[in-house]
Amino acid sequence: MEYLNIIFQESYKILFLLVPVLVSVAMIVWLDRRVWAFVQKRQGPNVVGPFGLLQSLADALKYIFKEIIIPASSNKVIFILAPIITMTLALIAWAVIPFGVEQVLADINVGILYIFAVSSLGVYGIIMGGWASNSKYPFLGAIRSAAQMVSYEVSIGIIIINVLLCVGSLNLNDIVVAQKEMWFVIPLFPMFVIFFISALAETNRPPFDLPEAEAELVAGYQTEYSGMMYAMFWLGEYANILLMCALGSILFLGGWLSPIDLYPFNLIPGALWLIFKILFLFILFALVKAIVPRYRYDQLMRLGWKIFLPLSLTYVVLTASYLFYFNLLPTI
Amino acid sequence: MIAHAIFFYVFSVIAVVSAIMVTVSKNTVHSVFFLILDFISISCLFIMIGAEFLGMIMLIVYVGAVAVLFLFVVMMLNVAQQKNQWFVSKDSSRHIPIGLLISVVIFFELIIVIGGWKYKPDLFNSAKSSLEIGVSNTHSLGQVLYTDYIHVFQISGMILLIAMIGAIVLTFRQREGVKKQSYLKQISRERTEGVEVLEVASNKGVKIDD
Repeated sequence: MEYLNIIFQESYKILFLLVPVLVSVAMIVWLDRRVWAFVQKRQGPNVVGPFGLLQSLADALKYIFKEIIIPASSNKVIFILAPIITMTLALIAWAVIPFGVEQVLADINVGILYIFAVSSLGVYGIIMGGWASNSKYPFLGAIRSAAQMVSYEVSIGIIIINVLLCVGSLNLNDIVVAQKEMWFVIPLFPMFVIFFISALAETNRPPFDLPEAEAELVAGYQTEYSGMMYAMFWLGEYANILLMCALGSILFLGGWLSPIDLYPFNLIPGALWLIFKILFLFILFALVKAIVPRYRYDQLMRLGWKIFLPLSLTYVVLTASYLFYFNLLPTI
Repeated sequence: MIAHAIFFYVFSVIAVVSAIMVTVSKNTVHSVFFLILDFISISCLFIMIGAEFLGMIMLIVYVGAVAVLFLFVVMMLNVAQQKNQWFVSKDSSRHIPIGLLISVVIFFELIIVIGGWKYKPDLFNSAKSSLEIGVSNTHSLGQVLYTDYIHVFQISGMILLIAMIGAIVLTFRQREGVKKQSYLKQISRERTEGVEVLEVASNKGVKIDD
């Protein structure tokens, strides 16, 4: 009986986290398209609801009522499993994101490793979808994305090591609290830039959207998907982008801390600050999509392995020696 | 406590069944997927005994990187076809004795491991470093790894580095006639060297860009 109580309480909490995340994913798709349109001097979706806010809802309804087509020669179990895995992995990572001192679903010791592990699993949804479709374009897209995501994970991991050197803990709340004096974006600014670019590549956003490059691969791994299954891929992708924005704001922009610890800013709850920071990063993501042309595949690999990896490794050495020399290493 | 036991049995049953399925399933790609499931349930077991760092690293390294490469290779080479030819072809009987030998060795190793389980308490006491209570296992792992076992740690790093360099050297080949793009060259190009005016003799032509 007691056990059932715990389960009900936890599912209640999970519901209160997941529903806002899903709604904001829908809103963020609208924001993405709007920003993209404004950069190109268009209007963007502005018909359904006020300012076109309900456009995503209309799209979702359309997807739900469309027929799901499963190719005859596909591997059916894996074909259906792929979008489910993408969606699930994009959502379970939110469990450890802190929205305040106590406002976190699971305050685990290895929070940053958990997020890193879940985001490294994200590649499976794409590989499985690409392989199970049993078709050329999806397969090429899947192979590309596997190489791309594994490469950029390396540089993200090393950037996280930079931050952890300054914090001395793998807990996400500790990482936020350690930035009370100064946000890490100031001392680690080059790492913030590299993290931002790697996050673009990790989430398959333009200019690194080679797995779904529409000019060469139709839609990459999503080519054979339709209806709700396509929408799930799409939702998972945007949930992942939001997650990367949240991770960036926790690692570098002080998470739920207010920018200045003064009277009027103190009153705004931490969760709102985190949301502002996520939105700021997301608008940057959307601007990059509108401005920068797509990379060629060899350029992408060169950027990951030959530029980002050495740069971030050098910065680890620099950070570690600086902290050690001036005796600033965090006490454990 | 009952919930703990239920979770333990769920994860271990999944681990054992998927380990069997890795060897039994006909499709090689399915085998790799079962291997991934096996890795994930093992890391869940690690987290359940409190080794959260080990569990997460298992997920990141094995599932996030190693198994992706496995899958990559299996998909690219289409091993499923080769496997069928392996059993059909005449000279497959050569491989059977070696396979039998290896499986016998693994069988005896497993027996030794099961027997060794009895001596677990003695091994536990003879361990050099004791676990401190109240320190997260990331910290205690770091304290042991970077103090008492620093040389072993460094040597294992060197071995991995050598393996990596060896693999690159073995597979690296210089191809002839490949046009390469040099960013420095492209950026530092000037108009004076980009355009060249040539005196072309009539009826002779001129050869450019060889």
